[in-house]
Amino acid sequence: MKALVAIKRVVDYNVKIRVKADQSGVETANVKYSANPFDEIAVEEAVRLKEAGVVSEVVAVSVGPAAAQETLRTALAIGADRAILVQTDDEVQPLAVAKILKHLAEAETPDLVILGKQAIDDDSNQTGQMLAALLGWAQGTFASKVVVEGGKVLVTREIDGGLETVALTLPAVVTTDLRLNEPRYASLPNIMKAKKKPLTVVPVAETGVDVAPRLTTLKVEEPAKRSAGVKVADVAALVDKLKNEAKVI
Amino acid sequence: MSVLVLAEHDGRALKPATLNTATAAVRLGGPVNLLVVGQGVGAVAEAAAQIAGVAKVLVADDAAYAHPLAEVLAPLVVSLADGHAAILAPATTTGKNVLPRVAAVLDVQQISEITAVLSADTFVRPIYAGNALATVQSKDALKVITVRTTAFDAAPATGGAAEIVTVSAAAAPSAVSAFVGQELAVSERPDLTAARIVISGGRGMQSGDNFHLLEKVADKLGAAVGASRAAVDAGFVSNDLQVGQTGKIVAPELYIAVGISGAIQHLAGMKDSKVIVAINKDEEAPIFQVADYGLVGDLFVELPKLSAALPSP
Ligand SMILES: Cc1cc2nc3c(=O)[nH]c(=O)nc-3n(C[C@H](O)[C@H](O)[C@H](O)COP(=O)(O)OP(=O)(O)OC[C@H]3O[C@@H](n4cnc5c(N)ncnc54)[C@H](O)[C@@H]3O)c2cc1C
Ligand SMILES: Cc1cc2nc3c(=O)[nH]c(=O)nc-3n(C[C@H](O)[C@H](O)[C@H](O)COP(=O)(O)OP(=O)(O)OC[C@H]3O[C@@H](n4cnc5c(N)ncnc54)[C@H](O)[C@@H]3O)c2cc1C
Repeated sequence: MKALVAIKRVVDYNVKIRVKADQSGVETANVKYSANPFDEIAVEEAVRLKEAGVVSEVVAVSVGPAAAQETLRTALAIGADRAILVQTDDEVQPLAVAKILKHLAEAETPDLVILGKQAIDDDSNQTGQMLAALLGWAQGTFASKVVVEGGKVLVTREIDGGLETVALTLPAVVTTDLRLNEPRYASLPNIMKAKKKPLTVVPVAETGVDVAPRLTTLKVEEPAKRSAGVKVADVAALVDKLKNEAKVI
Repeated sequence: MSVLVLAEHDGRALKPATLNTATAAVRLGGPVNLLVVGQGVGAVAEAAAQIAGVAKVLVADDAAYAHPLAEVLAPLVVSLADGHAAILAPATTTGKNVLPRVAAVLDVQQISEITAVLSADTFVRPIYAGNALATVQSKDALKVITVRTTAFDAAPATGGAAEIVTVSAAAAPSAVSAFVGQELAVSERPDLTAARIVISGGRGMQSGDNFHLLEKVADKLGAAVGASRAAVDAGFVSNDLQVGQTGKIVAPELYIAVGISGAIQHLAGMKDSKVIVAINKDEEAPIFQVADYGLVGDLFVELPKLSAALPSP
């Protein structure tokens, strides 16, 4: 069976985000970009399924600018077999990403599509669910365990109250949570090999999907800053402050 | 036009998140209809009808809805979309699972985790782990929205007298998913996202056993217990306790961070707390930059002192 994995290029999670002075967005010039951490987990899971003999081919896809090729190379270095970049310099919102992924899924006919649960830039947490809806497939979101057996995938999900397990008929969509696995570091030989793996670039127009944004960002602001308070000398002083100054206990 | 709110409940009682979402719905304007879906949810619907500001409670009570599977809930919500200007759900794991599926079928770009309603089509939502706030305007005729519950006050749970209307189950698609089981964390303590006081432990706790030091303080304060991702990843505590960008968002009156360094992903989940206390042995730890009261010290020394200094409840 085939697995399709969606990978987004995002500002690295270690970058201190700065809002632009004109409030048009956040500063993205000269900042480090990486694969969305949840998407690395998605690639790792697909590659592990391949290593376990469950999956025969792993195809990594990204929607974004030419620079997203680097991100796809990361996926290839982890162990994906080939990659597809749907190239655009425009903002593509989750519904449009889901439509593009649907288009690719129809062409590639994967049994499993694995996505991150959320991209750490826009924090939408939508794309996987939308893709499942558009395809009419089952969805296993926020996965911390994935087991494929007998034409089904058993997904253990991290939910507010604890854990839930669902059985999904294949083909299905899975979105990853943090504890699904710990992605490997790509070895140097694998990074070299990744450079030779096939990477196809498709202009977004060829997918026929209307990517015009439905949400217009009117402005982006910095949140109110919290300032550091005081250091207290000991527990007695802390309890006194909480009781008499903050009045919260 | 009305606003439809997907109520969150556990089959027996409404979850507080429903009340915060109802407030966001009222801000949108128009009558608020609350949808209660489940099996044997008569009592939940009765409680929902008491919420101030709710016009109608729509109840879909059916064995098909025994578990909140997105594949069966979404078609029901979609079937009720007509006549509504907006569909809202709290940004809980259920809301996040179901609503994008509804939005995609209706060809709507969902607006996730709003923290303010500026007008019927313009909202504020945090991006980049809350390091920026975006004001977005939706061009879709219908709005599909998840609500960050900490940003909205709870609507009064009583005082309303909404009409209860039964709605029939939507034609279910051929079953592509099935519920297998769940492991719910049981705790006598208040719910993390609704608690007035939260005390969280991080990697500095060193083990799950050591969390009893924290629990002693929690018991004295009637607090909920939370954790950093590092503490969850290390297996000290279960995943439902994780506070942060990719865990739960909390905004209690008092948040006590113990042995937590204060990574931006953790701060994203608690920096809107009213009062923040940090206990950390490293006086340079970034958590002190957001703490109202910082105590530099070894948690294994300070926590027992703290529980001793607090009166029994
Ligand atoms: C002010 C502002 C300006 C922006 N400007 C731009 C811009 O100029 N250009 C731009 O590209 N984006 C831009 N964006 C980001 C864009 O809006 C988001 O990428 C989009 O809304 C998707 O949201 P998400 O990534 O949070 O989706 P989520 O639903 O959180 O993503 C979940 C998963 O879906 C998959 N996925 C999501 N997006 C992609 C993708 N593109 N390719 C492959 N897999 C994907 C991944 O597996 C990911 O883990 C901007 C956002 C804001 C707030
Ligand atoms: C995609 C992504 C998503 C993430 N989402 C989240 C999230 O939702 N929530 C979250 O919390 N993190 C999240 N993280 C992880 C985050 O970046 C940090 O790694 C994590 O918060 C660190 O946890 P910590 O503070 O417990 O551990 P550390 O950073 O290791 O800090 C431990 C602290 O304990 C102190 N300490 C040690 N011993 C003692 C002692 N005896 N007495 C007092 N103090 C002591 C130390 O001085 C230190 O400050 C995410 C990361 C990524 C990449």
